[in-house]
Amino acid sequence: MSSNAKHLHSIDAGHYKNTAGCETEVMPIPDIVKISMSQNIGAPCKPLVKKGDEVKVGQVIGDTDAFVSVPVHASVSGTVTGIETQRNAMGGMDTLVVIEPDKKQELSEEIKVPEITDMDSFVAAVRASGLVGLGGASFPTHIKFNPKNKDEVDTFIINGAECEPFITSDHRTMLEDTQNVIDGALEIMKYLETSQGYIAIEENKPDAIALFDKMIAEQGITNLKTFKLQARYPKGAERVLIYEVTGKECPAGVLPADLGVIVSNVTSVAFFGQYLKDGIPLIKKRMTVDGDAVKTPKNIIAPIGTLIHDVIGFCGGYKTAPKKILMGGPMMGRAIFSDQMPIVKNNNAILAFSEEQAYIPEETACINCGRCHQACPFNLLPTGLAEAYENHDAQMLSDLQVMQCMECGSCSFVCPARRPLAFMNKLGKGIVKEAGIK
Amino acid sequence: MDKNYYNNLTVSSSPHLVTTLDTQKTMLMVLIALVPSFIMSIVVFGARSIALTAVCAISAVFFEWAYNKLMKKPDTVKDLSACVTGVILAMNLPSSFPFWMAIIGTFVSIVIVKCMFGGLGRNIANPAIVGRIVLLLSFTTQMTTWPVTRMDNTDATTGATALGILSEVAKGKQDVSTLPDNLSLFLGTCGGSMGEVSAIAILIGGAFLIWKKIISPIIPVSFIATVFVFSLIYYAIVGGDYNAFNMAIFHVCAGGVMFGAFFCATDYVTSPIMSKGKLIFGIGCGVVTMVIRIWCSYPEGVSFAILFMNMLTPLIDSKVIRNYYCKGGAKKDEK
Repeated sequence: MSSNAKHLHSIDAGHYKNTAGCETEVMPIPDIVKISMSQNIGAPCKPLVKKGDEVKVGQVIGDTDAFVSVPVHASVSGTVTGIETQRNAMGGMDTLVVIEPDKKQELSEEIKVPEITDMDSFVAAVRASGLVGLGGASFPTHIKFNPKNKDEVDTFIINGAECEPFITSDHRTMLEDTQNVIDGALEIMKYLETSQGYIAIEENKPDAIALFDKMIAEQGITNLKTFKLQARYPKGAERVLIYEVTGKECPAGVLPADLGVIVSNVTSVAFFGQYLKDGIPLIKKRMTVDGDAVKTPKNIIAPIGTLIHDVIGFCGGYKTAPKKILMGGPMMGRAIFSDQMPIVKNNNAILAFSEEQAYIPEETACINCGRCHQACPFNLLPTGLAEAYENHDAQMLSDLQVMQCMECGSCSFVCPARRPLAFMNKLGKGIVKEAGIK
Repeated sequence: MDKNYYNNLTVSSSPHLVTTLDTQKTMLMVLIALVPSFIMSIVVFGARSIALTAVCAISAVFFEWAYNKLMKKPDTVKDLSACVTGVILAMNLPSSFPFWMAIIGTFVSIVIVKCMFGGLGRNIANPAIVGRIVLLLSFTTQMTTWPVTRMDNTDATTGATALGILSEVAKGKQDVSTLPDNLSLFLGTCGGSMGEVSAIAILIGGAFLIWKKIISPIIPVSFIATVFVFSLIYYAIVGGDYNAFNMAIFHVCAGGVMFGAFFCATDYVTSPIMSKGKLIFGIGCGVVTMVIRIWCSYPEGVSFAILFMNMLTPLIDSKVIRNYYCKGGAKKDEK
């Protein structure tokens, strides 16, 4: 199945998929891991271990009773050497459980293959696995897989678009964990009772599309198909993806489930497929390490909690002094201030840029060219929003639909005057929320 | 393993990538698109068009540099927009135009229309258009003295433009047959402003800008189509010696319609941002041009039409934007 006739606006942000051919290497257990208690949107977990405790792989070390939450598991076996607080990439404070690994990687007795018999045990298993949206949003998956209007949900979309430049970890997942993706998808579709499933992949990954087509045909699966997306940014954004695959518009504030659709990242699905077999929770993550400051860019699997410094050390270390390190891709990834931060569940890339690649161009005056408007997938008017933001005009921001912005950064990317339009939209949303305009 | 930690990294908001196309490159594309018209002006009018273009471009850049220096503002010359304004103004002048008058024109364009309104992006009118209008009103004789083309074999040194002849025809002083034929207008062998003479050269430049996605085709197409349809209908009603279809082609190729449509009306700063606004703007330019050409005392109305629509741009923008966004949610499928 191929794309709709109609497409939302998109941009050519370049691909830079330098590591697409790099088979994933498993990183050895580092000398220290720091596991964050806030790895999902919603409530942070409370540490269940204290200094001096021995922990084993897969043991629950953090949990909470809050609704929007998932447990956190130990990614290594070893000794808890402390509970620290550290400023995170968002600017807030995180609680970290510091573990000194004994490198034996003994599995916890808590690990068992999940027994899924009905919807309740399915949702419980998803939560127990510690799964969050691995595409970047880190929304607890068990909540997404338990929609209120389950009867209306008929489409399950697996997001294998990977439209962010540089990142190839989803691509590698699709090539290396193909069977897990299919198994996970079939299990999820069974309990969501969806009649159709799509694996949406950008057309610049023909090998992945061909592999899925072949395996689906071989196994005689009828309710799962691949879907070819344009290789443009931001086709992998959930709201864009839904439109491209189903033709249904999904404005902000509407849940995909309200449109009868549930979208899940391909890596989340692959993890779940694996979890069904061995019951090992989410304790390691495949990610792309790239950028011009990294000596040997590669795809790696690292234990959650590994320090970014150690991850880059595994990739040959720094070629030149890094000026900017990103968690995630260059379009929506977050710049972090220190390489001593740990890997979290939703990391799909670590990009280290040299001074040259991290250069922030000088902002000049808007020339009203309208490129931002033509680039916006939702046809917003970023230059108008920027003006309203500069005037702190909450009503105008709201009238111009700032809340529809998903901060994909296409406007900032195309702006010939180098204005930080997406940033201003982000701040503009804050103004609207503060003013309490509905 | 390297044990040096980096705790002092740059933190900025995403995205961390930008396209290579910046304002300077955009302006460079416009300059490249002006090359065919520039070459035609040299072919048609000789070396003086090189000199006049150079005077305009250099003085425009100088005025912007000097203004910023004097006002202690950051230097913006390197964005090339002043150079574009200078060249576009030159293309709107007769090749024999005195240099010192041209410098007054660039002064008005750059200092009064652009810099004093806050520089690039803040001007409310197209600088080159206003510069031309000021020159036309101040130095009417020089601005309407058209040197004959080098293809002209008569002894005359100056001649009338196609639209000049048309206004005589309309007054009944000359016969319709004295109008230059459309092919010579299209190729550019009939007198006029330097950049306006050759429709084909302008089309090449305009096609380049559209291909490179520097300009949207909406404004030029709606502008030219409006002029075409308007004259078709008008001359069909007037009848007489006129052939309506020929006259429609004539109005499109003669004077500044082509040049104005591709190079002046499409100025980002002074034209609407939304597609619908661009359509209204283009149609408005076409209608005002034809009203001036047919019923007013000036033979040519493109500059006034563009200036008039420049003044309406904020109104068009605000109406179109309100209409688009303030009803329900953001629409998705409109191209």
